Amino acid sequence: MTNPEVALMMLALFIVLVLLGFPIAFTLLAMGVAFGYYAYHREGSVEVFSDIFNNNIFYLVNQNTYSVMENPILVAIPLFLFMGYVVERANIVDKLFFSLYMAARNLPGSLAIAALLTCAVFSTASGIVGAVVTLMGLLAFPAMANANYDKSFAAGVICAGGTLGILIPPSIMLIVYAAIADLSPLRLYAAAVFPGLLLAGLYIVYVIVRVYFNPALAPKPTMENPPPPREIYLDLLKSFVPLTVLIALVLGSILGGLATPAEAAAMGALGGMVLAVLYRSMTWTKLKESVFLTAKATAMVCWLFVGSWTFASVFSYLGGHDIIADFVGGLDMEPWQFLVLAQLIIFLLGWPLEWSEILIIFVPIFLPLLEVFGVNPYFFAMLIALNLQTSFLTPPMAMSAYYLKGVLKNQIELMEIFRGIMPYLGIVILTMCLMYAFPGIALWFPDYLFGPYIP
Amino acid sequence: MKFVHAIEGLSLWVGRAFGWCILILTLSVSYEVFVRYVLNAPTVWAFDMMIQMYGALFLMCGAYALAQDTHVRADVLYRLFPVKVQASLDFVLYFLFFFPGVLALAWYGWEIAADSWRYKEVSFNSPASIQIYFFKSLIPLAGFLLAFQGVAELVRCVMAFRTGVWPERLVDVRETEDILSDADLETISSFARDNNK
Repeated sequence: MTNPEVALMMLALFIVLVLLGFPIAFTLLAMGVAFGYYAYHREGSVEVFSDIFNNNIFYLVNQNTYSVMENPILVAIPLFLFMGYVVERANIVDKLFFSLYMAARNLPGSLAIAALLTCAVFSTASGIVGAVVTLMGLLAFPAMANANYDKSFAAGVICAGGTLGILIPPSIMLIVYAAIADLSPLRLYAAAVFPGLLLAGLYIVYVIVRVYFNPALAPKPTMENPPPPREIYLDLLKSFVPLTVLIALVLGSILGGLATPAEAAAMGALGGMVLAVLYRSMTWTKLKESVFLTAKATAMVCWLFVGSWTFASVFSYLGGHDIIADFVGGLDMEPWQFLVLAQLIIFLLGWPLEWSEILIIFVPIFLPLLEVFGVNPYFFAMLIALNLQTSFLTPPMAMSAYYLKGVLKNQIELMEIFRGIMPYLGIVILTMCLMYAFPGIALWFPDYLFGPYIP
Repeated sequence: MKFVHAIEGLSLWVGRAFGWCILILTLSVSYEVFVRYVLNAPTVWAFDMMIQMYGALFLMCGAYALAQDTHVRADVLYRLFPVKVQASLDFVLYFLFFFPGVLALAWYGWEIAADSWRYKEVSFNSPASIQIYFFKSLIPLAGFLLAFQGVAELVRCVMAFRTGVWPERLVDVRETEDILSDADLETISSFARDNNK
């Protein structure tokens, strides 16, 4: 077997073996070591027993671990996670939801719109999809159910809205993408602003249109003596404004070039703590919980990097990337065919896998191909970021749906949730098509801020 | 079981201790931003501080995450298997997929760290020349901790294989969605009440 063939075997073996359910980070690490041992083995290098360990792979593993440890982009991950956990535990979501509902009460489907907006803002600030969907499942779903909303419709709103947080910047997913693809996190954030807002906007338009044509989906709740406008605005000022300002400051300082993502994230975490104190929900226990949860989540993401960088460097040392690039290059595809194929593969991977796995393991395989087809890497990144929304929403691993089912128990069937989610899958795909037709949606803003992209 | 919990306790304790790095990280980076913009006097140590706090945080929490089973698995199929199958699968895979990588870190990381200590390696990131040999020593330490925790996981697999149920893990803080999904309706509605106050 030639080396590139071994590389392909390594990849195929990994895809099969990872389904055995062993922690992925260590599977990648061990396969990297094993195949690396083969790759770096030199003829006649083993004469006495201790020579068995005389192989460059051991050095490489440590070197890769160290480069994860000193990567200044990845520093932002624990900081954003910490900000998320602090905000999540700040007891803010109910105030946010009810004040938005009051403000939107004259629109058709007001509860659904309030739920969508709450999901979008709260998940952008916290970035933790599971927490957003479950908390909203407890808060917004009963409110909608009491108003006799269609159950599927209500569930779809929560699941789709809660997933927005991984796309709308400042999101952790884009930091991870920047580290994988060696892109600028600044440009990625700038590129994601409008696609994120567009998607959220289309969700809201969809809700309004659906309810306008079919009012039975979302009957207007009867409201006995609504609070005076002054009170409504005051509530909005106390809940909606601080959180959006926090997000805007974090994102603004990054895009304005005032702070690196890590610095902005640290300020965001500090701001989150201040907010929690102001909302009188900061206790020692909550701080401790946020710290420990951050520790575990950071270890989970960053060890995945340790494994995958080792795996990837062995894979490319063996010539795996080249053989794939040669193969795909030889298929004589148009760039648009390549894009459709790539997105289709990512979409299908989203059925069994979650975004972190897809991003860290599979996206690197596509990256060398971008040059072959002359695709702008930031454009490709945005297509993937949109596409990964579906990884939360497509069965059998539709995490959003499971989170919601987890808290609603017998109140709803899983199939009803899926039925409610389907239209949003359509909207995600529509947004991807729109972006393909008008790449400016993603590319205009970074070009405007930082000048044209030069490969 | 005592043996398993002793090792898990160690992983938990170390992980939580290093978890506090996130608070130091948050505060020190915020401090740096403050002195840079407000006092116009940036520090020389902030960058290295940031790197080392972050690196130590994720590295030393690896065993903690393993002890709490938070490392992601592609468990579409795995979760459908009976416990005994899961346990025997894990038992074999710990030898194939866990110890080779982790021991490579522990053993070779030791040699690299020893070199680093010998010539008292410093960082090139700033003129402050911050020492990094402590930092590099964390790699073998994390490797050893993980290997330890791996032994505990092996024992756990044997126990699960014998009894057909996974032994309980040490109690730790959980994600909101897990708390809410496992709770019964009564707890959930009281949670909602508390939040609405």
